[in-house]
Amino acid sequence: MSSRDLILGRVRRALADVPKDDTPPVPERPGRDPQYEQAVDRTYLREHGDRTTEQTVDLLAENLADYRAIVHRTDNGGLPGVIARLLAERGSRTVLVPSGLPPEWLAEAADATRVPDSAASTPHELDEIDSVVTGCAVAIAETGTIVLDGGPDQGRRRITLVPDHHICVVRVPGQVVSSVPQALDRLDPARPLTWISGPSATSDIELDRVEGVHGPRTLEVVLVAGD
Amino acid sequence: MTGTFVGMPAFPKAAHDAVRNKTLRGNLRHATHTIRDKRARAVTELEDWARLREAGKQIKDHTLHHLDRYLVQLEDAVTAAGGTVHWAADADEANRIVTYLVKATGETEVVKVKSMATQEIGLNEALEAEGIHAYETDLAELIVQLGKDRPSHILVPAIHRNRGEIRDIFKREMGEWGRPAPDGLTDTPAELAEAARLHLREKFLRAKVGISGANFMVAETGTLVVVESEGNGRMCLTLPETLISVVGIEKIVPTWRDLEVFLQTLPRSSTAERMNPYTSMWTGTTDEDGPQTFHLVLIDNGRTDTLADEVGRQALRCIRCSACLNVCPVYERAGGHAYGSVYPGPIGAILSPQLRGTESEIDASLPYASSLCGACYEVCPVAIDIPEVLVHLRERVVEGGPVTRQGAKVVLKPAKGHAAERAAMRAARWAFSHPGALRTGQRLASRTRRLHPRSLPGPGQAWSASREMPAVPAEPFRDWWQRTRGGKDAK
Repeated sequence: MSSRDLILGRVRRALADVPKDDTPPVPERPGRDPQYEQAVDRTYLREHGDRTTEQTVDLLAENLADYRAIVHRTDNGGLPGVIARLLAERGSRTVLVPSGLPPEWLAEAADATRVPDSAASTPHELDEIDSVVTGCAVAIAETGTIVLDGGPDQGRRRITLVPDHHICVVRVPGQVVSSVPQALDRLDPARPLTWISGPSATSDIELDRVEGVHGPRTLEVVLVAGD
Repeated sequence: MTGTFVGMPAFPKAAHDAVRNKTLRGNLRHATHTIRDKRARAVTELEDWARLREAGKQIKDHTLHHLDRYLVQLEDAVTAAGGTVHWAADADEANRIVTYLVKATGETEVVKVKSMATQEIGLNEALEAEGIHAYETDLAELIVQLGKDRPSHILVPAIHRNRGEIRDIFKREMGEWGRPAPDGLTDTPAELAEAARLHLREKFLRAKVGISGANFMVAETGTLVVVESEGNGRMCLTLPETLISVVGIEKIVPTWRDLEVFLQTLPRSSTAERMNPYTSMWTGTTDEDGPQTFHLVLIDNGRTDTLADEVGRQALRCIRCSACLNVCPVYERAGGHAYGSVYPGPIGAILSPQLRGTESEIDASLPYASSLCGACYEVCPVAIDIPEVLVHLRERVVEGGPVTRQGAKVVLKPAKGHAAERAAMRAARWAFSHPGALRTGQRLASRTRRLHPRSLPGPGQAWSASREMPAVPAEPFRDWWQRTRGGKDAK
């Protein structure tokens, strides 16, 4: 007998006491199965608190900063200038660019050499690059989280991991949700997802949080109004 | 579960030694008290915490009750997304599978994300025996690996080490494993983290094989989720060409939507954060992004035996947050090593004896490693009634009875060393069913109370070594009740 059949057989024997008739059909899509929905009491909140759109964006900025992300606010017209300034202040000579990043975002960053995100780059090559600029899929105000889904303006997962400086552009309020449940609604599980809440950190020394281990040690989030 | 630490003494002996180590007690007290207060604040932020906790419990219970179907559904979804699923009935089989998969790549080193499942099966040792070096990349795991030490906490395996000890380990050992610690390394946490960053980076950048566990597996989509802080997880999950994830069969949730509960309760319960710095989710493989080969190894290793116990199966709801360790007065004083398992603390005291059986001395003693205060149950984000399972397992140790071992039903004999307890219980049963004898005995006890010793002789000695003998009243309650007509004629 294969181990698969062995384990499944053990599971079925172990559950001999569980009534068979409460078995719901296999859920095909999230939240679509009425019997599974009945099995779980979902009276918890879809979001916490009652906020205007503007307040939700403010909360995002506040929570991002609370976990040591550096937050900047601007509008579409000001964005290229802000990105150019952040790269210049950092002294970045090279910047990674996802294939679908709007070209105008880097229009004023004259000094930094653009390195396109490419499957051919080795991890060692990525390690030589100073900064990366991306968009995001969604941002969560209650937790101060940005989520990347590998979309054209975000690129492969590794480009926001190996360089030490990540500039992430969030379009507000369009890309902002209040809560974790709302974020999951917007995301596609078939895509590779990376949830980022502040720069890399650890609690491993005496259970106290210290920023800056393996991921980018500087995370700058630019909230761009007017989409 | 083969992860028993060889020659481990029973909990009371190991704890007896640990509580005399002042550095250890200081380190544990500092760390657990820091996180305890922060967790309470993080939980208070969510007004619906109790409902999230209940939903988490219900999702996990439902999944466990239909685990066979969800396992098959998960296998189909992972396979459809480009992954390969393997099944391992025990630790040896899991180790054989992983070793075979690594050897098939031609590589002799792997980078690892912190994973309880691979600790449980002793994967690093199994790989080493086959000439494959496994590098732990989580900071605390690195401290444990470099220090040739054992983990003592689920989330922070090096919690028993303070910053000074960590600096000494880094200075002494890093050079043996790769890039040495920087000259003049101090004990500030930021510098220690920087030293780990430099040491591990060369390993991440050249790694061809990554090994991970997973916090959650979504049956309907085939998505795996790893929750972490440092970015070492992202490194292992995205830079290598081959990814092997070793995951216990109980880690399934049915639907994508179910993550909305656990992604709110897990970070707050474990590190007391609104959200941990990084969470990675992947479904099979993605063209030209991340590992192009993905293997999922599903392990049983005692889980189905645990599932067969109607009371004990709730331990399989555990999401490994470690909140129960941080609030436990016994853990705080005894430390994690005394539990003789990769799963220490209250959850370990109910998980290890179920995964491994209660036959060994350490496993038979673990259900007693608790004062039954119930703080663990209060903080558990999936409402595991740990005291209930502890008492259930104590009964099993003392009385024996039917259990499931490696899928077969067997009847356990009563454990040795509990003869006095059984005799006392039999005597109590007899006395309570013979009212005349009980009355005579109680009166006799009251009249002779000045003669009672402060500790018990013979087999009772162990019990009274750490407890006051109860004081016997001058008059038995039933005599007082009759004399005063239930207190009406009192005074």
